Amino acid sequence: MKILVCITHVPDTTSKIQFTANNTKFDTTGVQFIIGPYDDYALARAVELRDQTGGSLTALNVGEAETEPTLRKSLAIGADDAIRVNSFPKDSFFVATQIAHYAKEGGYDLILMGRESIDFNGGMVHGMVGELLGMPSFSPVMKLEVEGSTVKMAREIEGGKEHLEAQLPLIAGCQEPIAEWKIPNMRGIMSARTKPLKVVEPVSQETQAEATGFQLPPAKGAVKLVDKDNVAELVKMLKNEAKVL
Amino acid sequence: MSILVYIEHADGKVKKTSLEAVSYANALAAQTGEGEVVAVALGTVDSGELASVGKAGASKVLHADDARLTDGVIQAHAAAVAQAFGSVGAKTLVLAKSSLGDAVAARLAIKLNAGLVSNVVELPNTSGGYTVKRSIYTGKAFAESSITTENKILAVKKNAVDLKADGADATVEKISVTLSDADFASKITSTERATGEILLPEADIVVSGGRGMKGPENWGMIEDLAKTLGAATGCSKPVSDIGWRPHHEHVGQTGVKVAPSLYIAIGISGAIQHLAGVNSSKCIVVINKDPEAPFFKAADYGIVGDAFEVVPKLTEALKAEL
Repeated sequence: MKILVCITHVPDTTSKIQFTANNTKFDTTGVQFIIGPYDDYALARAVELRDQTGGSLTALNVGEAETEPTLRKSLAIGADDAIRVNSFPKDSFFVATQIAHYAKEGGYDLILMGRESIDFNGGMVHGMVGELLGMPSFSPVMKLEVEGSTVKMAREIEGGKEHLEAQLPLIAGCQEPIAEWKIPNMRGIMSARTKPLKVVEPVSQETQAEATGFQLPPAKGAVKLVDKDNVAELVKMLKNEAKVL
Repeated sequence: MSILVYIEHADGKVKKTSLEAVSYANALAAQTGEGEVVAVALGTVDSGELASVGKAGASKVLHADDARLTDGVIQAHAAAVAQAFGSVGAKTLVLAKSSLGDAVAARLAIKLNAGLVSNVVELPNTSGGYTVKRSIYTGKAFAESSITTENKILAVKKNAVDLKADGADATVEKISVTLSDADFASKITSTERATGEILLPEADIVVSGGRGMKGPENWGMIEDLAKTLGAATGCSKPVSDIGWRPHHEHVGQTGVKVAPSLYIAIGISGAIQHLAGVNSSKCIVVINKDPEAPFFKAADYGIVGDAFEVVPKLTEALKAEL
């Protein structure tokens, strides 16, 4: 089985979010970048499936040169080779167009990625790639087993989950607990340096909904503390002041 | 011309988030002059229930009454909504952000060649362009996204608009959609869903517990408080990781993102990953015995004290007041 995993290069979840250039660019000062946490689940499951079925696993990222260490990390975790589409990921449609093109070229049976990137939280790229390639797409997938050409999945829905059966090839946006995150070991880190990482150019520049500016939410006021022996006061405040009861 | 709204239903009821999407579309139509708001519902659901969608501002509900669509089969839903979009000559599709909505909207973006913006929190700015404000970085910031296509899809975040409830009943019109076997090639074999409970992602009040609760056997007081408030229950990531509570109750960066009017956090320290899942709440109350817990910095109201003492008292005080 040929597996493709799409990786996002995103700020660590503990990062302070700030903008620069008159609020038109993300401020990367002091920010550590990681593989998107949901993509990390997808990657971990893909490594397991590759090991089970003895196929191949390619990692792909749409990003400029500074994303390469993140992509190398996916090689250290277990991907066999990697593709970097050399462009800033302008919007979901742009990213989906690149993935669909290179996925078609590679003839993958299974395409996994995170349910959403943790920067833009769109959760759209898997569905767009699915429609572009005429493949079924599922998200958010919390369990995925492959038996021959049949894929059994569990998809999270509001307040529970649904169990699904579909045929390869397909695309899934993944989340926990599909697999445990894998930490690269020393052998993985060493071998990642020599595994092939191909840089390709975007196939189209078309976008549909680019972000043009950013804002931070207004600063939060100080917490109002209520004495633990006077909870009735809290109830009054919630009712009369916050008006949420 | 009209705006189409894709509405979802569960247990015979149209979802509240879908009614918010209809309310959003109603306000959008008033702003852009895009005519009437038409909703589309798929699968088996009562016509009377669909007519009530008019209260939120739809004048008509198109109903593809095909039992195969009652379950949320993603490919089939996308195909059906695309046909409805074409039949009413809409340029804009509005829907509520949800598990099914997200999956369907992404496919529709390609089918309809429509720019899609998700997590929309306000009506678009349509003076000289089409710019939509959306929540990003898991609620830590906002972006203005500029849609450049003629067709547009807006997936609205919960609590982004006030629910309209004063409209007249909508007319319900049965429609037939052409679906192929391929649209149903993937099968939903079973569904596990908490019924009769208030669902966490859609709840107006959420009561969550963390490791400070010391064990699953102590969740009774969380449930009592939630029941008194008509709230859903949630938990922090460590609590679902150790299996004290089911995974679908995990609130946070990689779990459910909630946007209730009131969020009560009990025995949760407030790691940044947890805050990311709750920062869209209107009002946050934190109960924690550690006065240094970082959650207090993100809270509107706080009580420093032992949850085992404070929570039962709070429940009693609420019972007296409500």
